[in-house]
Amino acid sequence: MLELVGVTAGYGRSKVLFDVDLIVPKDGAASIMGLNGAGKTTLLRVAVGLLPVISGKVLLDGVDITSMRPNRRVQQGLGYVPQGQLCFPQMTTLENLQLVSPVQSDIDEVVDIFPALRDLMSRPAGLLSGGQRQQLAIARTLLGKPRMLILDEPTEGIQPNVVAEIEQVIVDLTERGDFTVLLVEQHVGFAVRISDRYYTLESGRITGSGAGGEDAIDAVRASMAV
Amino acid sequence: MDALTTPFLTGTATGAILLMAALGLTLTFGQMGVINMANGEFLMVGAYVAYLTQQVISSAGVSIIIAIPIAFVVAGLLGLVLEATVIRWMYDRPLDTLLATVGVALVLQQLAKDIFGAQGDPVVLPGWLDARINVFGYEWPLRQLFTILLAVASLALLNALLRYTSFGRRIRATVQNRQLAETQGVPTRNVDRMTFFLGSGLAGVGGVAISLISGTNPTLGTSYIIPAFLVVVLGGVGQLKGTVLAAWGVGVATAFLTDWTSGSMAQVMTFALVVAMLTLRPQGLFTVRTRSLA
Repeated sequence: MLELVGVTAGYGRSKVLFDVDLIVPKDGAASIMGLNGAGKTTLLRVAVGLLPVISGKVLLDGVDITSMRPNRRVQQGLGYVPQGQLCFPQMTTLENLQLVSPVQSDIDEVVDIFPALRDLMSRPAGLLSGGQRQQLAIARTLLGKPRMLILDEPTEGIQPNVVAEIEQVIVDLTERGDFTVLLVEQHVGFAVRISDRYYTLESGRITGSGAGGEDAIDAVRASMAV
Repeated sequence: MDALTTPFLTGTATGAILLMAALGLTLTFGQMGVINMANGEFLMVGAYVAYLTQQVISSAGVSIIIAIPIAFVVAGLLGLVLEATVIRWMYDRPLDTLLATVGVALVLQQLAKDIFGAQGDPVVLPGWLDARINVFGYEWPLRQLFTILLAVASLALLNALLRYTSFGRRIRATVQNRQLAETQGVPTRNVDRMTFFLGSGLAGVGGVAISLISGTNPTLGTSYIIPAFLVVVLGGVGQLKGTVLAAWGVGVATAFLTDWTSGSMAQVMTFALVVAMLTLRPQGLFTVRTRSLA
C-alpha cells in the first residue's frame, strides 16, 4: 500500500535518512524498530508529507504522492498519530474531534472505542492526562476514516492500563482485514508480534527486515542490542 | 466626576477601534507569524469606503449602515490580494513580512493621496448619531457609543465564528499547531487566505468607525497600527480575551494620560507601561493552561 523508494531526507543540510526502501503491505501491519536517533520519526514525517524528500519517492497504492501536501494525503486515506500525544490544547475534547468530522454518529463511533473520552468532552484537551490525550489523538485520526494508520510511539510515557487499551485497539485494527498499520513502537515484543513485516533502522539506513510474528521477536531484539 | 468619566468613555471608544484593528492582527500573527504593518491601511480603506458610499447614497443614515459590509468585503479582498502576492512567500519570517508590508502600506497611502488628495475628506454624521447623551455630567457623543457597539458586534460575530463553525475550528487548530492541523486534513493554505480576508475585513469595519470620528485621511492608519500591535503583544498572541482586555486597557490608559499630560507624552507613557507589563508577563496577559509540553 505505502512504499518508500530510495528516500533520502533530512533537515536543512543535515541528512537523516539515506536511500531508504520500505514497503507496507496492503491490509497488513509493518513496524519500524530502531534506537533513539535512528531516524524513525523522520521516516514517518516523510511518509505523511511533513518533511520533503531530498531524493526518492513516496507511493500510495502505486500513485506518486511525494509532492502532495499532508492534508491531501489525509484525503487519500493516510491517518497519522504523531509522537507526544499531540492535541489542540485550547480546544475541548469534542472540538478536537469535530475538527475532523462534525457528524455526531461518527464521533459516537470512535468514542465507543475509547469510552474514557465520553466524560471528557467539554474539557480543554490541554488539561487531559497523557493517556487521555493519546486516546483522543487516535480517536481523532480514526474519525477521518483512514485506510492506513501511521502511529509514532503510541504508548510512550503512558501508564500501563492505558497502554494495554491502546495496544488492543491497534490489534483490533490490524485484524479487521481492510486496514493497514505502520507502527514505530518502543515495545519491540508487541510491535513485532502484530506486524506482518518489520524493519530495523540504524543511522538513517534500513539494516534489516523480515516477516513479523512471535518468532521474530528475539531476532529483532538481538539486532537492536547495543 | 467628569475628570474620570470623559477619559474613561473616550478611551473605551479608542479601545474599540484598536480592538477592530488588533483582532485581525492577532489571528494572522498567531497563525502565520506575519507582522502586517499594512493593516492600518485597511482601516484607511474602510474610512474611504464610508466616504465613497456617502457620495453614492445621499442619506447619511443609510449609507453608513451599507458602508459597513462593503468596507468589510473591500478591505478583506485587499487583504487577500496582499496575502497572495506578497505575504504567502514569507510565512514564519516576521521581520521580512514587517519590512514588506511597511512598503505596501506606503504604496497604499500614496495611492490614496493620488486618488483623494492629501487633505482627507469629512464623512457626514447621520442625524441619529449626531447627538450626545449625558453620562455622569459628561455629554458623550453618540458616535463613540456607536463605535463601541460596532466593536462589540464584530467581536461577538468573530467569537461565534471561531467557536461554533467548522471554519472557526480550523482557524483555531491552525493557530495552535499548524503541522498537526495539516495531518488532520485541515487545508491550512485555504485557512490562511480566509483568515487574512477576515482580519483585513475587520480592520475595514474599524475604518468606518474612525471615519465617523475623524473623517478620512490617507495616513490615518499610521496612528493606529503601532498601538494595535501593542494590544496584540500585551493581550497574548492569538488570544481573543487578552486582545479585548488589552485594547480596552491601552485605549483608556492613553486617554487618562492624555488628560493628565499631553498626547505625545501619553503615548510614550503607555508604551512604557506596556513594556513594564511585558517584563513581568512576557507571554502577555492571557496564556493557555496545559499539562502537555507540546
